[in-house]
Amino acid sequence: MAKRVGMEVSIAAAEAVKQANVDVISAYPITPQTHIVEHLSELVANGELDAEFFCVESEHSALSVCVGAAATGARTFTCTSSQGLALMSEITYIASGLRLPMLMIISNRTLSSPLSIWNDHSDAMSIRDCGWIQFFVENGQEVYDHVFVAYRLGEDRNVLLPVIINMDGFILSHVIEPFELIEQGKIDQFLPPYQPVHRLHPDRPVTMGAFALPSIFAETKKAQEEAIRSSMPKILETWKAFGDMTGRYYHPVETYKAEDADTLLVTMGSCSETASVAVDKMREEGRSVGLVKIRLWRPFPFEDFKKATLHARQLVVIDRAVSVGACGPVAAEVKAALYGEAQRPSVYNFVAGISGRDVTPSDFMKMVDKAEIQIEEGNKEGYEIYGVRG
Amino acid sequence: MTKPESEWTWKELPVGNVILEPGNASQYRTGDWKTLKPVLNRELCIHCGLCYIFCPDMAYSLNEESFFIADLFYCKGCGICAKECPTGAISMVLEEEEK
Repeated sequence: MAKRVGMEVSIAAAEAVKQANVDVISAYPITPQTHIVEHLSELVANGELDAEFFCVESEHSALSVCVGAAATGARTFTCTSSQGLALMSEITYIASGLRLPMLMIISNRTLSSPLSIWNDHSDAMSIRDCGWIQFFVENGQEVYDHVFVAYRLGEDRNVLLPVIINMDGFILSHVIEPFELIEQGKIDQFLPPYQPVHRLHPDRPVTMGAFALPSIFAETKKAQEEAIRSSMPKILETWKAFGDMTGRYYHPVETYKAEDADTLLVTMGSCSETASVAVDKMREEGRSVGLVKIRLWRPFPFEDFKKATLHARQLVVIDRAVSVGACGPVAAEVKAALYGEAQRPSVYNFVAGISGRDVTPSDFMKMVDKAEIQIEEGNKEGYEIYGVRG
Repeated sequence: MTKPESEWTWKELPVGNVILEPGNASQYRTGDWKTLKPVLNRELCIHCGLCYIFCPDMAYSLNEESFFIADLFYCKGCGICAKECPTGAISMVLEEEEK
């Protein structure tokens, strides 16, 4: 096993971006993402990383620079949070529509209002449909690892899509965790230089981002939709290759003590680790509870999710964002995944931990208790915001 | 491209809908936007070329008889040529009422 070092997760993320040998970094500071770009700017300034670092006037410009740079064939990186992502949102759709691979780390933070700097998934959910491959990671090591996975995957000629790594703000971004860093030589083998299919170059002019008439727009969207759907085998292949290199294997949906469980917690992001502690405690009490973690949010792994959950009697889905006027976005996806099955578990949905409110193991246990009682009483598809006073 | 864009399938599109062939906007028939078309009275025309100069779509070109004629594939029927013509040789006529 490689030596483990202690490092702040944001710093490790920046080190991974350096090791991925990016050409262009463009970002605008916003809490809690700031440490990533601060560290990258230091690496560029002190000559450790040979890349262009663009200080721009807004997040809209930050991602626009990445789009332009990626169009010339550069490997590009940006990161943001919350309001910054909201300001970028227009360009997120353009990057994927133009099929430009790049990486964005979102240090997830609540969208205003009220103004809040703490963590939840409302920013990520605001651009859910932007057409990027989207991961939610559980800990710092996963952030570091997925930087390499993201570039190799996105730049694959059968994929050619931008990739988002969602990591929980503060809960991950600002904590010091142990890391197994990967030797540069291994990374250089895993991640060959980017070879674009088309790029902006004076020797062979092309037009990108041109106007499309209604007669061709639907075909363009269909091609984009097929690209992200058919990226699934490449995602699995990339994770397999990464696992063979490091011993750390990742999957679209992962389970913990779930195989024989009647009740399954469903989580996404860093709260999965806390939920696993709750599962251990409930198992000690002799209860049939397990955990299902969604790592791949887009393309949504419908088949893997069904395989992991169809045997259960009930799912307790934890959302870290509200689709105001509907329910939690993860629960909506889960229900869509299960709808076609004759025998399917009940889905009880809690929105919990919004704007950084702590969700402890005992909270997960309370949610399981409440869901089991409610379902027993016939409220099989309940939805509530957990822990609200009054 | 060998066939019009409206016949392409999604599988035939270049990745990202990149346009590989320069100048393919010339294949776009803007002429079907118009309701009025310019008609030239050759008796009044003095061959000054102001219609050619002012046309915002460069639809006008010189023919073999030294008349400037609008290509109706591109002409949007804006009427600037008729407005600028110093001798009133161009009139705007409803397309379906022609002749």
